[in-house]
Amino acid sequence: MNIIVLVFLPLLAAIVAGLGNRAIGNVPAKVVTTGALFASCILAWPIFLGFLGGHDSAHVVHVLSFIKSGSLQVDWALRVDSLTAVMLVVVTTVSSLVHLYSWGYMAEDPSQPRFFAYLSLFTFAMLMLVTADSLIQMFFGWEGVGLASYLLIGFWYEKPSAQAAAIKAFVVNRVGDFGFSLGIFGTFLVFGTVSIPAILAAAPHMAGSTIGFLGMRVDTMTLLCLLLFVGAMGKSAQLGLHTWLPDAMEGPTPVSALIHAATMVTAGVFMVCRLSPMFEASQTALTVVTYVGAATAFFAATVGTVQTDIKRVIAYSTCSQLGYMFFAAGVGAFGGAMFHLFTHAFFKALLFLCAGSVIHAMHHEQDMRFYGGLRKHIPWTFWTMLAGTLAITGVGLDELFHITPTFGFAGFYSKDAIIAAAFARGTTAGGIAYFIGVTAALLTSFYSWRLVFLTFYGEPRWIGSEHIQHAIHDTHGHGADHDHDHGHDHAHHNAHNDALDESSGHAPGVDSRGAMDMPRGTGGYHPHESPLSMLIPLVLLSVGAVFAGMGFAKSFIGEGGAAFWQGSLWFNSEFMESIEHIPALAKWMPFFAMVAGLVIALWAYIWDKSLPARVAGSARGLYAFLLNKWYFDELYDILFVRPAFALGRLLWKRGDQGTIDRFGPNGAAWVVQFGGVVSRKMQSGYVYTYALVMLLGLAAAATWVMAA
Amino acid sequence: MIGLVHYLTVSAILFVTGVFGIFLNRKNLIIILMAIELILLSVNLNLVAFSAYLHDLVGQVFAMFVLTVAAGEAAIGLAILVIYFRGRGTISVDDVNRMKG
Repeated sequence: MNIIVLVFLPLLAAIVAGLGNRAIGNVPAKVVTTGALFASCILAWPIFLGFLGGHDSAHVVHVLSFIKSGSLQVDWALRVDSLTAVMLVVVTTVSSLVHLYSWGYMAEDPSQPRFFAYLSLFTFAMLMLVTADSLIQMFFGWEGVGLASYLLIGFWYEKPSAQAAAIKAFVVNRVGDFGFSLGIFGTFLVFGTVSIPAILAAAPHMAGSTIGFLGMRVDTMTLLCLLLFVGAMGKSAQLGLHTWLPDAMEGPTPVSALIHAATMVTAGVFMVCRLSPMFEASQTALTVVTYVGAATAFFAATVGTVQTDIKRVIAYSTCSQLGYMFFAAGVGAFGGAMFHLFTHAFFKALLFLCAGSVIHAMHHEQDMRFYGGLRKHIPWTFWTMLAGTLAITGVGLDELFHITPTFGFAGFYSKDAIIAAAFARGTTAGGIAYFIGVTAALLTSFYSWRLVFLTFYGEPRWIGSEHIQHAIHDTHGHGADHDHDHGHDHAHHNAHNDALDESSGHAPGVDSRGAMDMPRGTGGYHPHESPLSMLIPLVLLSVGAVFAGMGFAKSFIGEGGAAFWQGSLWFNSEFMESIEHIPALAKWMPFFAMVAGLVIALWAYIWDKSLPARVAGSARGLYAFLLNKWYFDELYDILFVRPAFALGRLLWKRGDQGTIDRFGPNGAAWVVQFGGVVSRKMQSGYVYTYALVMLLGLAAAATWVMAA
Repeated sequence: MIGLVHYLTVSAILFVTGVFGIFLNRKNLIIILMAIELILLSVNLNLVAFSAYLHDLVGQVFAMFVLTVAAGEAAIGLAILVIYFRGRGTISVDDVNRMKG
C-alpha cells in the first residue's frame, strides 16, 4: 500500500499546487509539494533498506485495468523490486531536497506555485516510469517526464532562449521516443505482450531468431534492443541525441539538478538495466551500447574542459557520466551502471545545487571567468562543492599493500568499478571502453578541478561581470533597503539579462577570452552565503556524495549483488567477481588518471595561470572545435533544422499559399471580384444605358415571340 | 394619294428619331423628355393611321388616352427635373449617373 501513496502523493501535490496556483498562494503550494515529496522519500527508504537487508522480495501492486483489447492487456500496476527500490530512493531523495532548495533559490520568483507543481509532476512521472510493470506504463512515465522537462526548461517562458531550449529538448526527445515506441511495437509483435516480466522471461528463447525489417532479415533481439536503445539515447542524452541536455541549462538551476541527477536522464540507463535480460540476448546490441556510451563519455568530457559557463561544465559532466553508465551496461555490468547512477545522483545533484548557490551568491552571473576567490565568502558552498568534486573525480585509495583500509568518495567505488568491468570483459569493445574510460576519468578530474579552482581560488574577477556591475549600482542607488532590492533584482535578471548571457553561451566562439584576460577586482561587491533552505540540501547531499559509495558498494556490485538484485537485473556474479582480479596496473589506471587530471588543473589554474591561454593559442583549431561542442549543433542545423525549415517554407509558400489558397478560397474570391468589376462597368448610372438595354431586351423578346 | 405606308414610314422615322434622341443626347434631360414625347407621338400616329385604315374608332380612342398619359408624364418629368435642378444645380445628362454601383 505504501507504494501507492509514495507514487501518487507527488501527483496529488502537483494537482493541488498547480490548480490552486495563485488562489492558495506561494507558501501553501510550497508546503504541499515539499511535504508530499518528503513523505514519499520517507516511505521510499524503508523499501530500499528492506531489499538491502534481503528480507523483502519483488512484488506487484495492481492499481487499475488500463487497456483490454484482444491479446493486448495493459494494467496500471506498480512493480516493486530491488531495481525499482534503488530508483525510488534516488528520485524521491533528490527531488525532495531539490524542492527544499527551491524555497531559497526561487524565493523571488513571481510564479512559484507553478514551479513547484511542475517539479512534483516531474517526480510523479519519473516514479511511474520506474515502477512500471509494462512497457506501456513505462512509456507513459517516459512521456510524462518529457512533458515536465519541457515545462520546466521553458519555465521562464519570457526568455526566447528558454523557449528554444524547451522546444529543442522536446523535439530531440521525440526522436528517441520514436525509436522507443517502435521498440515497444516490435516487442509486442514478437512476444505478444507488453508485460515486462513476461518479455524478460521469453527473451532468451528468442536469441538468434530473425525478423523482417525494412525489407531485410535482421536478428530479432538486436533490432528490438537497438530500437529501445534509441529511446534511451534520447532520454539519457547519448552522443547524437545529446544536444538538448546542455541547452536544458536554460531552466532554473534546481531543475537542472533534478533533470541531471534523478529524473529524466537516468531513465535511459534504468530502462536498459530493467530490460537487461533482453539486451543480454543480443551481443551486437550490447556492443553498440558500449561504443555509444564510451563515445559519449569521451566527447562530453572533452567539451567540458573548455566551457566557461559553470552550469554547462556540469551539464557536459553529466553527459559524460551517463556515457560511463551505458558502457557499463554494454559490457554486462548492469549492477555497476545502476551503482554509478545511484552515486552519481547524489554528487551530481550536489554539484548542481552548489553551482546554483554560487550563481545565487554571484548575482546570477554564470560565467566562471568572472568568479574567483569565492572560497572565503561562501564557505558552506565551497566545502560541499569540494565534497561533490572529490566524489565525481573518484578520489579514494584501495587497500594499499594491506596497510590502509579501502576508503573513497562515492565516485571512486562506482566509476572505478565500471572502468575495471570494461577491462575485465576482455572484448575489443570492452578494451576500447576501458581506454576511453581512463581518458575520460582524467578529463573529468581536470574539468571538475578547473571548475573549483576558477570559482573558489585565485583573485576575484567579479568586476568584469555585467551582473555584478548591475548589483553594485543597485546597491549604491538604493542605499538602506539594499537587501530587498537586491533580492528583487534576481527575478528581474532571470527574465531579461540572462537571455543575453545564454545566447552568447550558444555560440561561445564569439567570446573566447580566457579567465585571466578578465579584469581583476571585487568592484566592492560582497557575495553572500545562501539561506539555510539551500544549505541543508547541500549538506545532506554531500553526506550522500561521501558515503554512498562506501556504504552500498558491497550490495550493488560486490559479493552481495546477486542477493540484492534478486534477478531484477541481469547480474553475473562470476563476471562481477572477475572485476576484483584484474591486474593491479589496470586497476590503478583510473586513480593515476584522476591524479593526473588534478595535477594538470592545479598547474594550469593555480601555479601557472597563463598556461590555459597559451595552450588555447597554440591549438586554436582544437580549442574552437571543443568550444563549439564538436560543432554538433551546427551540423544538425545544416542537416536537419535548415532542411526542415526549407521544407516547411516550401509547403507553406508553394503548397499552402501557392496551390490550395490560390485555387481554393482565394481563387473563388478572385472570380467573384472579377465578375463584379465586369458587371460594374455595365451599370453606368446613365439613364440612356438602361433605356438601351430595355429596348434591346424588348426587341429580343418581341423577336422571340414573333419567331415562335 | 397618301396611303397607310406613308403614315407608317413617317411614324417609324419619328420613332427612331425619338429613340436616338434618348441614346445620343448627352446634353440635357429635357431633350430626353422631348424624345419620349416624340416616341409617344409616333405611336399615336400609328394608332390613328390604323384606325382610319381599318375603320375602327378604338384606335383613335387609344390615341386620346396616350395623349393624356403623355401630358401627365411630361408634367411629372418636368416636375422631377425642377426638383433635381434645385438639388444638384445641373440637368446635364452626363452628370446624372448617381445610380451607378
